[in-house]
Amino acid sequence: MSNVRQYELIYIVPPETTDEALAELQTQVEAITQRFGATIEKTENWGRRKLAYEIGKHRDGVYVLHVINGPAELVTELDRRLRVFDLVVRHLVVRVDEELAIAERARTRRKSNMASRRVRRGLPPEPTEQERNRRREEDDDMDGPEMGFRGGDR
Amino acid sequence: MSDFESRGRSNRDKDKDDKDKKGGARRTFFRRRRVCKFCVDKIDYISYKDVRLLASFIPERGKIQPRRISGVCAKHQRALQSAIKRARQIALVPYVVD
Repeated sequence: MSNVRQYELIYIVPPETTDEALAELQTQVEAITQRFGATIEKTENWGRRKLAYEIGKHRDGVYVLHVINGPAELVTELDRRLRVFDLVVRHLVVRVDEELAIAERARTRRKSNMASRRVRRGLPPEPTEQERNRRREEDDDMDGPEMGFRGGDR
Repeated sequence: MSDFESRGRSNRDKDKDDKDKKGGARRTFFRRRRVCKFCVDKIDYISYKDVRLLASFIPERGKIQPRRISGVCAKHQRALQSAIKRARQIALVPYVVD
């Protein structure tokens, strides 16, 4: 447990999967994570979604997302096991802790920069509610046409 | 002499015409705002799960929109690129649309 990292595991099961089968799969995933001393931080079921392309004979799928804190060895094991399950149409494991940390650092840096700039101008470090609202009104111009493949907002 | 003069004038006229045409084309051309959406909106982390966001950078064909069109800065285009590629793997966005 020396190197705990955060991963996001996302997998797709066929929409006709019964709740019991899905629960069974989730307990299996839990069992694997527990064996490596990892914890599942969050589980999200996105429900039925249309796949962007056909995978085998499937056009729709139920997406399940787990946020897992655990060691790197867990990922290789999860990857191996998920490939074997017939129920899982597709799965993906992504390491997120580093990228989230970078984003967090950028956010705090921006905040402190803004605060110091405001102090230099003789303003309170945090923008008041009034200023924030005004900025929103000014920024109401068009951002160009919404494009994208059809059905992107499904 | 007169021949040369007339030719010169006609050339000049043509130049002027070209310039006018170009100016007109530039005026009617839809100018996109060349700013990075992620810098402006202060999006620090581009998640592959955010299909709505990614879809705005995926034109009809399903390809990743180049930076020169969307105006995204290099840093965020790199992040966007990996996010779109991840989203493709898990069938959230298409590889190709035909």
